[in-house]
Parts: sequence; structure tokens; C-alpha cells
Amino acid sequence: MNRLRSRHVLGISHLEPDEITYILDSAEALKGILDRPIKKVPPLRGRTVVHLFFEPSTRTKLSFELAAKRLSADTVGITASASSVVKGETLIDTARNIEAMKPDVIVMRHPMSGAPHIMSRYVDAAVINAGDGTNEHPSQALLDLMTVRQHLGRLDGLNITIIGDILHSRVAHSDILAFTKMGSRVTVCGPATMLPPDISALGARVIYCVKEAIRDADVIIALRIQKERQGRSLIPSSREYATFFGINRQTLEYANPDALIMHPGPINRGVEMSPDVADCDHSVILDQVTNGVAVRMALLSVLLAEPERADQKNIVDESTGGEHGA
Amino acid sequence: MEHNIKAGTKGGPGLLLKNGHIIDPFSNTEVDGSVLVRDGKIQEVGNPESIPEGCLVIDLQGKWIVPGLIDMHVHLREPGEEYKETIESGTRAAAAGGFTAVACMPNTNPVNDSSDTTRFILDRARDAGFARVYPVASITKGLGGDELTEFGDLLENGAVAFSDDGLPVRDAGVMRLALDYARNFNALIISHSEEPELVAGGVMNEGAVSTQLGLKGIPAAAEHIAIFRDTAIAELTGSRLHIAHVSTAGGVEIIRNAKRRGVKITAETAPHYFSLTEEAVIGYNTFAKMNPPLRTEEDRLAIIQGLRDGTLDAIATDHAPHSVLEKECEFALAMNGITGLETSLALSLELVRQAHISPMDMVRLMSTNPASILGVNGGTLKVGEVADITVIDPDFKWVVTENGFISKSHNSPFIGKEMQGRAEFVIVGGKIVQAAK
Repeated sequence: MNRLRSRHVLGISHLEPDEITYILDSAEALKGILDRPIKKVPPLRGRTVVHLFFEPSTRTKLSFELAAKRLSADTVGITASASSVVKGETLIDTARNIEAMKPDVIVMRHPMSGAPHIMSRYVDAAVINAGDGTNEHPSQALLDLMTVRQHLGRLDGLNITIIGDILHSRVAHSDILAFTKMGSRVTVCGPATMLPPDISALGARVIYCVKEAIRDADVIIALRIQKERQGRSLIPSSREYATFFGINRQTLEYANPDALIMHPGPINRGVEMSPDVADCDHSVILDQVTNGVAVRMALLSVLLAEPERADQKNIVDESTGGEHGA
Repeated sequence: MEHNIKAGTKGGPGLLLKNGHIIDPFSNTEVDGSVLVRDGKIQEVGNPESIPEGCLVIDLQGKWIVPGLIDMHVHLREPGEEYKETIESGTRAAAAGGFTAVACMPNTNPVNDSSDTTRFILDRARDAGFARVYPVASITKGLGGDELTEFGDLLENGAVAFSDDGLPVRDAGVMRLALDYARNFNALIISHSEEPELVAGGVMNEGAVSTQLGLKGIPAAAEHIAIFRDTAIAELTGSRLHIAHVSTAGGVEIIRNAKRRGVKITAETAPHYFSLTEEAVIGYNTFAKMNPPLRTEEDRLAIIQGLRDGTLDAIATDHAPHSVLEKECEFALAMNGITGLETSLALSLELVRQAHISPMDMVRLMSTNPASILGVNGGTLKVGEVADITVIDPDFKWVVTENGFISKSHNSPFIGKEMQGRAEFVIVGGKIVQAAK
């Protein structure tokens, strides 16, 4: 049985701390599969996952598809340009049509906030939000939690600093909610033109100076400047941004030397982060990518788990002794 | 019961509304008694000594008799978007909601920017025979924001005011021209007050909730700036200005100050701004999407205070019917507005029940003031006046349902809500156009 209270994963805002911990524990258990020579286990055999992407994506889509395939689900991908959207079909008609083909999970990315929530009202399949507008990107926040827990051993009492375009970042939105729910303190920093109004409503505090914002940070998350989401330019230049908000060796001198460096990718090297920082010992950026697959496997298996397979440990144990590949 | 619905019209035997509670803000009287209607006019108020032979007598058992309610801000969608509403369905919905008259905004297709369209609207309203319709013509041709429409010709053909409602008049110079030229005709300019550069694609109120939902916000300052700009121009030109759908505490305060300075300004708000807040949007509820957007609790309370102290002169619905096509979709794509004619009275009565305003205040806000701002008949129960009357049962309980609307559309954030109060009878020119079942 699905251990989550909801049939869907629409956002961190809908998850309780115990559900988050359950997903992370499942992801840890499933992660071992990725290190095996034959990276495939059978629990989702016969299940169908539709990847419905109304917005370009490389890594998230790849990560979700790999996660589904590792668990033996059948996957189908639809991208906005190939779908009926351009022919004038409404989102709800798209939902009904996909539903009529009986998928088990719809992984959905959409440029408008709330679109997966609308989709979820019209389908029996479970909907996983793979990023909606400037709202949420829950699987990214979960993989960030997993990465931090892996390296620091806990998720409570930490200082998390997020730097960059907070306003247009669904990653920041989900991260703020996720780390706050798990008992850490989140600080955001960036050009004030890129900070959302009343961000304290999400539980984060704002510090305008990067050096001050990273001073006590255990984790520093830099975000990409999302030029494609900005109506008009919100900063005078990339050069000025790199000087005042970029993370480089000089700024890091003000930080706790053990602070983890994270980035949801793709990185604009030299803008929000200098190359040497991105590749330094404390950078866990590639761990994030690996954990992304594990977290997405966990989401799929948690949502689709059969009652007798509720415990993720069983899936792994069974599969170790069972068949690999199909 | 079957009534001779035309008993109170010209040549009819007369209509006696008996045992009512009469509220007339125009004469500031509130008494128990009866109203006798004959030949489409109010013939006697109080306790008539003799009643005409064959007169239709309705015993109201204490229900309120008030001058017909007037909604000075509705969208009837005809011509052009008849799938959302027609003049016939919209005026029927108006009557069902207790209104004897509505003023309809010009953002139709074609835009009501010519006397032809104005006359078309009036003809259709006459044929429908429910609530009266007062067309508001556009300030600028095609709502383009550049060239003024023919105010004189439009007024002669039945327009009662001018507005580019739905859009602000972007250019302050054009707004000045409109307000200046309006003085020749003592015409009323109605402003949709929003600074478009601050709206900039926003879809709900800017603040904690927009941040929570990841939706682009519209700051209250967009309304403040525009109201201030237009009151400043009205002060400069000495013209009459009416501010539509005030939604913010700051807007109320700017209007209050302008009135104190003697600017000839009036203002309205809509029931949703004193009944709901931005929280109604949570869950991406497109029925709670409107322009201006639902604001905060602080704004809601300031709107109520504005209605109490007379800063806001009128309650108008901004009735904006939309079909499911425009509402069952992504929040950002959904059209703005809610259907409002059939819930306005009950929501306003809620303010009375909560003792924010008196019954007299409510009738002033929904009838007497709109009549006087628009310069139209009605708004009073004075003897000799046209017999536009609403009989209100303030206690009747009902629930808003999707299928219960007379309007062609049901885009209401109040579906499922229990309401109290409705119109029992609606009488237009002596004719009973609506009798509650």
C-alpha cells in the first residue's frame, strides 16, 4: 500500500516529515541497485509510467525514465511539441485521453504553476509533479535532502543557504519547504529583484549580503539564473551578478570550511558558481544527480507498491535473489 | 400562487404590497406599511385607506420593501460572447438576484463604442423584459486607449456612462481628455484603476499566498497608483469620476482623502472583496481568479469600513460570466471574473447580519446611490416615482449550487456555500418580473 497520505506527489507542501523520511529511507534502500552490474529489478513489471513534459528537460526526464526502467516499469514519453497541445487541446482533454490509456503514473512537467494539481483531479493514475512553473519541484528537493543526509548524517538543526534567483526557482521553493519541515533553518540570498514577496511565509529568512548569508551555512545551494523565465532583465549584467552573488573561492572564505556545495544544475559556470568551486572537494553536485535516480525510484515504488511489498527492503531483498533484467 | 404580473402596470387594476417593512434611503424612512403601485408608478406609501377594485394584494408578512436594486457594473457578454451570457439570460439572472436594473460594461464584441451597439443592447433588453439595462459605452474607440468615442451621440442614444472597464486607460493624457470632454455633458467616467506595468502578467494578489502557490502576483500598489492618478486628474479637471471595483485598503484610503478634498469622486466595491480573501485561490481555484484579485484580510476589513463610512458608495457585482472553457484550465490561462448577480444580495445581507451596516445602508449602497451616480430613475420609493421595487426576504436560507444559476454560467467561488436572504419579488415599472418559488 502507498504509505503516503496522498495518491499523488504534487509538492513538498503536501508531505509530512514522516512521509519524507519514509521516501528517503526507501531511496537509500533502492540506491544499491544503481551500483550493480545489472541495474534492473522487477517490482514495477507491467506498470506503465507516462512522462508528460510540456517544457524542455534533459536531466529530470532522463532521471525519471531511468528510475522507472530500473524498476522494470514500461515508460512512454510525451513532449509538448509532440503532444496535442499545439493543436489546441486543453490540459483536461489531454488528461482524459492519457487516462483512457490506463497508465499507472503520470510524471508531469508544465510551465504553469498548479497544472499537475489540475491534472490530478481528472485522472486515476498517480501524478508526480516533475516541476510546475515557479511552484514546486518536489523530487529535486527530496534528492537534495537525501544528499545532505548522506553527507552530514542528519537533516535537523542545519543552516541551509540558497543563493540566486529564488523568485523563479521551483527548486528553491521546494527546498525551503523541505529543509524547514525537517527542522533546519533556511536562509535565502540573491538580488532583491529575484526574491519572492513575503518569503517568510515559507519559513525562510532573507539576508542580502552573500558573505553574511553563507557565514554559518552547513550547506550552500547555488541556483541557476533562469533567463527564460524573466519577463525583463532582473539584473544589470551577468558580470555584476558574478561579482556580488556568485560563489567563488573568495566568497567561500567567509563560509564554514566544511560546508557542502550544491547546485540543481545545469550550471552557468562563471556566473553563479566559479568552475573551481563546482569541482571542489566539498561539491556534491554529482551525488545529487545519482541520488535523483534513487529518489525517483523510491517515489514510483512507494506510490505503486503492492500491499505485500510495502516494505522497500523486501523489494531489494527479493530482487537480490530473483531475476535481474527482463 | 399565480399572480397577474401586470396588475401594477399601465391600465392594470393596481398592485398592493401589504404588511411590508418599507426601507427608503432617499427619504431616510424605515416604517412598516404598504406600497400601492398603479400605472407603473408608486401611487401611495404607508397604509392606503382605500384600495382600487380588482387590485392584486400581496401580503408580505413583514418582508422588506425597498427601491429596486441596481447593479452598476455587470458584463452581459452580448454582442459577441453569447455562449457565456446573453442580455436575456443576464437580465433574468439580475431579476433572480433582486435587481431591477443593471449597467453593462462595453467590452463586448464589437465593443460598445457606437450608438448602433448601444441601441442594439437597449433593444435586446426591452425584448427580454426583465431588468432594465443601462449601457456603459467605452471611453476610447475599440477600448484601444487612444481616441475618444462620441460621448454626446452615445449619451443621446442611451449610454449612461463611459468606461474602458477590463482595461485601464493606460495614457494619463487620454484620461485627462476624457475627463475634460465629459464636463460638456456632465458625463460620468468610470475607471478600471490598475497600473499595467505593475500588473505585468500577475494572476492573483501579490503576497504570502502567491509565493506559496508559485503564482505571479499583482501588488496592491498597482491599484493605489491608478486610483491616485485618476483622482488627481479628476481634481485637475473638476469632472465626475467613479472608481470601479475597489479591492485594496490603500485604494479606500486614497478615495477617502480625495473626497475630503472635495474631488467629485464616487466608488464601488464588489461582494467578493468583502466576503473572500486571496486564500480562496489555494488549490489553484480558477473560480477565485478575478481582476482586481482577491486581497488580504486587512484589505477585506478596510473595504467593509469603507462601506460603513461612505467612502465606498456602491456595491456592484462586476458580474463576469465565463463558460467552463475559460475556467477549467491552468490557473494562469483562466479568464478573470465570477458570476455575481445571483449571490450579491445574500452576501450583502451578511454584512447586515454581522452588524457592519444597517439595512438602510445596504439599500443605499445597492439602489439609491447607484441610481444617483448613474443619473437614472429609481433608487427611491417616493410617490410618483417609477415602480421599480424589490421585496427582500432577509431570512430565507438556501445553498449555492452549480445547477441553481439562472445565468448561463456558474463560475462562482460560492458554490456549496449556505446563503441567507433572497429577493421574493422584483417589480420593474409595476410589472412583477420575478416571484420566488
